[in-house]
Amino acid sequence: MITWIKGGRVVDPRGMREKNLDIVIHKGKIDRLLPPGAFHPPRDSEIREVDASGMVVTPGLIDMHVHFREPGEEYKETIATGSKAAAAGGFTAVACMANTNPINDSRSVTDFIIERARRANLIRVYPVAAISKGMKSESLTEFGDLKQAGAVAVSDDGRPVINSELMRRALEYAAFFGLQVISHCQDLDLSNRGVMHEGAISTKLGLRGIPAASEEVMVAREIILAKLTGCPVHIAHVSAEGSVALIRQAKEQGIPVTAETAPHYFSLDHSAVMDFDTNAKMYPPLREPKDVEAVKRGLSEGIIDVIATDHAPHSELEKDVEFDKAAFGIIGLETSLPLTLQLVRDGVMDLPSAIAKLSYNPASILRVKGGTIEEGKEADLTVIDLNKEYVVRKEAFKSKSHNSPFIGWNMKGKAIFTMVGGRIVWISDERNPRC
Amino acid sequence: MKSMYRFQHRNLLGIEQLSVSDIHLIFDTADVFREISTREIKKVPTLRGKSIVNLFYEPSIRTKTSFEIAAKRLSADALSLSVSDSSMVKGETLIDTARNLQAMNPDLIIIRHPCSGVPHLLAKYVEAGVVNAGDGMHEHPTQALLDLYTIKKKKGRIKGLQVVIIGDLAHSRVARSNIIGLRKMGSQVTVSGPPTMIPVRAESLGVKVVFDPAKALKGKDVIMLLRIQVERQSGMLLPGIREYSAFFGLNGDLIKGADKEAIIMHPGPINRGVEITSKAADGPYSVILDQVTNGVAIRMALLYLLIGGGKDDHLD
Repeated sequence: MITWIKGGRVVDPRGMREKNLDIVIHKGKIDRLLPPGAFHPPRDSEIREVDASGMVVTPGLIDMHVHFREPGEEYKETIATGSKAAAAGGFTAVACMANTNPINDSRSVTDFIIERARRANLIRVYPVAAISKGMKSESLTEFGDLKQAGAVAVSDDGRPVINSELMRRALEYAAFFGLQVISHCQDLDLSNRGVMHEGAISTKLGLRGIPAASEEVMVAREIILAKLTGCPVHIAHVSAEGSVALIRQAKEQGIPVTAETAPHYFSLDHSAVMDFDTNAKMYPPLREPKDVEAVKRGLSEGIIDVIATDHAPHSELEKDVEFDKAAFGIIGLETSLPLTLQLVRDGVMDLPSAIAKLSYNPASILRVKGGTIEEGKEADLTVIDLNKEYVVRKEAFKSKSHNSPFIGWNMKGKAIFTMVGGRIVWISDERNPRC
Repeated sequence: MKSMYRFQHRNLLGIEQLSVSDIHLIFDTADVFREISTREIKKVPTLRGKSIVNLFYEPSIRTKTSFEIAAKRLSADALSLSVSDSSMVKGETLIDTARNLQAMNPDLIIIRHPCSGVPHLLAKYVEAGVVNAGDGMHEHPTQALLDLYTIKKKKGRIKGLQVVIIGDLAHSRVARSNIIGLRKMGSQVTVSGPPTMIPVRAESLGVKVVFDPAKALKGKDVIMLLRIQVERQSGMLLPGIREYSAFFGLNGDLIKGADKEAIIMHPGPINRGVEITSKAADGPYSVILDQVTNGVAIRMALLYLLIGGGKDDHLD
C-alpha cells in the first residue's frame, strides 16, 4: 500500500526548508517528495490519501526526556499509555529516563523496556540507562552492554551525579561507546530540601527555596568536565538565566555541550505556585520572569538546542497532598507542541527552528533516526494544524496521569496525524482520516 | 455588637486576606470579650451547640490552650487532637483526615501544621470553617492579630509606628504575618538578625533590612523578638547559640537605643539568655504576658465572628 500525504506544507528543519510538497510513502519509507499535483498514483495500487491541506508536515517529533514509570509505578504511567500520550502530542519517538523501579541500570531492565515498547507498538521508545549502579553515584553501569541492549544515552536523571570523579569517568567511557551523557544538574546541598524557586514568592509563601545557584553550580561543573575530557555532555531541563549564560560561554569556546529546556520553563514562572498548586512543583523549579526571558533568548539564539518535556506523571496520591510532601514533576507530552508554537507566534523562533528543537536536534544528539524529511528515510511524520484552537481538559489526556498546570489553558496548534514508519498511530478525534 | 461593618469570611487562612476594616472589627469585638475573662464566671453562651476541632500537627502549649479557653468561655464544644493521637502516624493523608472530620460536622477546624499551605488545602476539602493556627513558615494570623491588638492597647495606635522584628525571620510564620499586618495598619517595619536568617528578597515584603540589631532598633517604638529554634540549629545558619546571644540577643544596653517608651514583644516561648536576657524579658518594657492575655480575647472575637452568626445578644 502507498500512503499519499497531499497538499501539506513540509517543514524540514535540516536545511531549514519550508515548501509545499506531497509525500509518497511506501513500505514504511518516504518514497518520493514531489511538488503538489506532480504525483500520479499507479492505477493498480492501493492508495491511502491523507489530506494535509492547510497543515504543516514535519518530521516526527522526538522528546528526548520522558518518564514512563514502567517498570515499578505502572499506576502513574505505562510504556503503553505513555506512548499513546506521545503519539497524541505529535511525538514519534521518546527517550525514557532510568529512574524506574527497579532502576534501568542493567541489560535486563533495558530489554524489558524495549519489549514493552514493542508490544505497545506505537512509537519508538529509546531507553536511557543509569550512569551509576542504583543511581548511587558510586560506580558505573555497564555502558557497553546497555548500548548493545538498545540504550541511547546514560543519565541518573532525577538525581544528580554528586561524585565529580564519577561524572568525569562517565563522560570518557560513554564517548567510547557513542552513548550520550545527560546531566540532571542539581547541587543537593544548595537545594537543601527546597520545594520551589528561592525568591520573593518562596519568601512570601514560607516555602523552602531552591536557589538558581543549585542548578548553575552543576552546569558549570559539567562544562568544566566536558572541557577536561573533550567528551560531549547534554544538560537536561535548563531553567535558570545563569545556566544559559554558562552554556553560551561554553559553546563560544567550542566545548561539546548541548542543552534542553522544557515548555514549562518558557511558559510559566514561580508565581504559578502562589496558591500552593502542587502542579507547579517540579525540579528544577519554575523560576523568575528574567529566567523565563533568558530561556527564550537561549532558544532563539541556539544556545538551547532542544525542547524536551521531562514528562513526569504522578497520581493524586503524590499530588493531592501538602506542598512540601508533593512529588516533583508534571506531564508534558500533550502540551509541548502548542506551547512551543506559541513561541513561534511570539516571534521567539521561526517554525523550522522550533521544529528542529523538537526533532532534528534531539535526533542528532541521541544519534537516532528521524528529524528530517528525505526520500529513502523512515516515514516518521507529524501533521500539524497550526490554527486549531482548543482548551486543555483533564479528561482529554491520553496519559494515565493528569498532573498538568496547563489544564484550562487555551491552546493553539495540534498534531492531527502522527505517523511512525508509515503507520498512522494517532488521528485527532475531530478529523476524518479520509483514507 | 453594634457595628456597621460585617465580617465576610468563613475561614481565616492568613492576615493577607483581611482588610483594615476586618482588623478593626476584630479589635472592637475583642474589646467586648476581654471583659468576660475578668469575670468570676468566665463563660457566656454565645457559641453553645457549636463544635470546634483543634487539629495540631505540631506541639503547642500557648496557642492550643488559648484557642481552647476561648472556645470554652464562649460555651462551644472544643476538642483537641494533637499529632500523637492523630492518624498522621498511621499514614492517612491529610485530605482523608479532613474528610473524616467533616463527616462529624464540626463548625470550625483550627489547624496547626509544619507544612506551609496546609490550611488552604484543608479549606478546599471541608465545609467547616478553617482557622490557621500556624502553617510551616508561612502564616500565623491569630498571633499577628493579638500582637497588633497589644500594640494598639499599649501605644494607642498602630499607624505611623516604627517596628523592628529581630531574629530568625527566614523560618518564622509569626514574622510573616506580623509584617503583612503591620504594613496593612500603617506601621513601618525593619527586620534584623544574622544575614543567614533573613529571607532572600526580604525587601519584597515591604520591609527595611538592617542586619545589626543595635542599628536596627534605634528610635523604634516596638521591638518584636522571635524565638530562636535552639533545637533546630544545625550549624549552617549559626555557629552557636552563644554567639547569637552575644551579637543579636536583646539586653539592657541595646534597649537604650530604642525609643524611651518602646515596648518589647515576643510570641513565646522565650529562650531566656538567647534572644532576650531575663532582665529585659521581665523589665518594664516587656508586654509579653499582655500578649498572652490578649490572645484569648482575640481568639474569642474570631470564633464569634466566624461561627457566631453575628448575633447581637451574645453577652446576655
